[in-house]
Amino acid sequence: MSSHDVVITGIGLVSSLGEGPDAHWQKLTRPGLEPVLDAARFAPYTIHPLPEIDWNLQIAKRGDQRQMETWQRLGTYTAGLALDDAGIKGNDELCATMDMVVAAGGGERDEAVDAAILAASESRNDRDVLLNEKLTTELRPTLFLAQLSNLLAGNISIVHKVTGSSRTFMGEEGAGVSAVETAAARIRSGQSTHVLVGGAFQTEHSDMLLGYELAGYLHRGPWKPVWQRQGSEGGGVVTGSGGAFLVLEQREHAKNRGRKIYAELGHVVSGRARRRQGELNSEIAALLKQAALPDGDLLTISAASGAHAATAAEKAVLDANPALAVRAFSTLTGHMKEAQFPFAVALAAMAVDRGAGYPAFDATVERSFEGAPNSVLATAIGYHQFEGLGLVKAP
Amino acid sequence: MANLRDHMGRPIVAVTGIGVVTSLGVGKADNWAALTSGRSGIHPITRFPVDHLNTRISGMVDFLPSSSKGASHLTYELAETAAQEAVSEAGLESGDFGGPLFLASPPVELDWIDRFSLYNSDKQDAGAERLLRVARGLKELDVFETTQFGSIADRLADRFGTRGLPITLSTACASGATAIQLGVEAIRRGECDKALSIGADGSATAEALIRFSLLSALSTHNDIPEKASKPFSKDRDGFVLAEGSGALVLESLEGALARGATILGIMRGCGEKADDFHRTRSKPDGSPAIAAVRAALADAGLGEDEIDYVNAHGTSTPENDKMEHLSLSTVFGERIGSMPISSNKSMIGHTLSAAGAVEAAFSLMTMRESVIPPTINYDNPDPAIVLDVVPNKKRNAEVGTVLSNSFGFGGQNTCLVMAREPV
Repeated sequence: MSSHDVVITGIGLVSSLGEGPDAHWQKLTRPGLEPVLDAARFAPYTIHPLPEIDWNLQIAKRGDQRQMETWQRLGTYTAGLALDDAGIKGNDELCATMDMVVAAGGGERDEAVDAAILAASESRNDRDVLLNEKLTTELRPTLFLAQLSNLLAGNISIVHKVTGSSRTFMGEEGAGVSAVETAAARIRSGQSTHVLVGGAFQTEHSDMLLGYELAGYLHRGPWKPVWQRQGSEGGGVVTGSGGAFLVLEQREHAKNRGRKIYAELGHVVSGRARRRQGELNSEIAALLKQAALPDGDLLTISAASGAHAATAAEKAVLDANPALAVRAFSTLTGHMKEAQFPFAVALAAMAVDRGAGYPAFDATVERSFEGAPNSVLATAIGYHQFEGLGLVKAP
Repeated sequence: MANLRDHMGRPIVAVTGIGVVTSLGVGKADNWAALTSGRSGIHPITRFPVDHLNTRISGMVDFLPSSSKGASHLTYELAETAAQEAVSEAGLESGDFGGPLFLASPPVELDWIDRFSLYNSDKQDAGAERLLRVARGLKELDVFETTQFGSIADRLADRFGTRGLPITLSTACASGATAIQLGVEAIRRGECDKALSIGADGSATAEALIRFSLLSALSTHNDIPEKASKPFSKDRDGFVLAEGSGALVLESLEGALARGATILGIMRGCGEKADDFHRTRSKPDGSPAIAAVRAALADAGLGEDEIDYVNAHGTSTPENDKMEHLSLSTVFGERIGSMPISSNKSMIGHTLSAAGAVEAAFSLMTMRESVIPPTINYDNPDPAIVLDVVPNKKRNAEVGTVLSNSFGFGGQNTCLVMAREPV
């Protein structure tokens, strides 16, 4: 134990299951919990929709809410939950010295404008001129800001006054891994005392589904748990709207301000397998080795997406290690892209804090885990690229 | 022998390779010749029709094989070209770099050319439904990869043999500086001996131009394109959208000296501070930008009187140039009137995600060549901004230290301090 250890002192979560660590704990520890699904709105795709959210609770000004679309609102809201949970929200001094690393994709496009342009393109050959004509007259000027990747962080600065520094990492699940890894490295080296880190994903928009489906990644047909989608129609990913933010803090800093510590964040390791050359299995195995896993049974919170190849590789490597009792939470929340790894770390920290594991999320595949976990592993193997793991430990 | 640790006991970070591409050309030699002769790369837009557009000029890079292939392909080629120049100057093997990659690049979206082509390849149903149905029948990953935020870095990692999971980042118009900062910090923390930091932006599409236009951010002085970008002038009316890339090979000074590399400059300090005032405007008192400059100086261990030259963010928007002047004059006091401060953007326009890296490359060359590139188009000084902007003509000067500013939408403020020599 050292004063520069990284500890988790705040958790903000939103998914189709609800909001906050307590609501998630209560639902996820209920054996046989049924997922919240919407199979109609984007058929043939099933999604896990956002729960009812009162944005006013974390974004007080209507003017701020209007400047954002749902993705930025969701991220800003979830970040607010984490800041509240850590006792930092509203503390000007702590917010002004807090660093921030956000994992982000892009925001929502105007679907109606896009559809109108596409429809007109069927009868026009001068498509470039058509674009200029429609975009100059029909785009809402401020929508651009709601689309910009770094404006989720920008809105967190504006709404919650987090202004120590602001960085946005892009690149699907890997961005979430790098965000947590970089934040932890800053704290360990003494560069930061407290960092807000996380991401959000809003899947209820056709462009967000298109981002997966251009490579045929989405699962079609009846919903199934993550581990059981091999061989089904489509590519295996069922998406969900949600977000996860963590407050990571230097142990001494947390102690000095008398905060509750959920867990310590141990090793975070990341990699880039050249998957086309068949390196994914060996890369995951190498990361497990680097993570310096403790002996004995180890609860493992997997962010597996269901994507056929990546999920099969992850399962093969985890199965080869009989000490790991795996829980793939995306069975119940859907895949939340950039938020996957922060979400996995949050669930791991909650298990350590409460001294209990989660029941199987898919009892046909996931084995039981008894006892109080002292350490929990979190994984994020990207549906297309990039991999990472982190070990969360009792404080 | 030089110190290998800085004033805070951290490894000193050296630059051993520099690469750059802008509308002025490929490579340091062409760019430097143009910059120091005060030549502008701003020209009429030819990549797409300009019907209905208020702004019809840009600093696009139109001479690469990928220039007409969409934002993702061009951004990759820009990054690769600059990185290749930097890595070969550093004398490193270009397929086995052996350190991490930090890439500043624009957020990606499905290009319209692909949207049109997918949509019109079918006739059933309409709108998003049709796009999704066509998408799932695609047999190739080419279009998909243009929509993945990590794909450009993934390809670069393959190409250069960088180590580990590459980081792709965006801090808007400060991104290039942040990529360098991340590399510097990784070396200082002892995570690696060397890092490849790249800022690249080939995203000047019609939609990007229109988006900035709708925010009234762009110059509409279309008639004489090379005169449109006029930082610190009274009649400045917006920035000029541009493309480009800058790449630096960063190494611990110790590692660089041990392998006999040529030291091109030192990354002395980095500073940042976020602004919570507004999505596109800075806090009226300039305090976040001021804090970012001061943080960079403190990180570098230098006082206000130890900066020889400022490579300004200098976008040529009414707001930026006013606020940058306010911030600099607050930090540097009366000395500000006699410090040389110039804006490369007067010639290359605003290269957005690349700007911080491009301008760091030019800052390092300014020190090495003892020549300060001018701020061109300075014909009508803004009386409210009294600065020595190195007007219109280059200046020979010994420059030992440079401050380079980068400010962006979303309250992003990042400053870099570079030095010619190790301490």
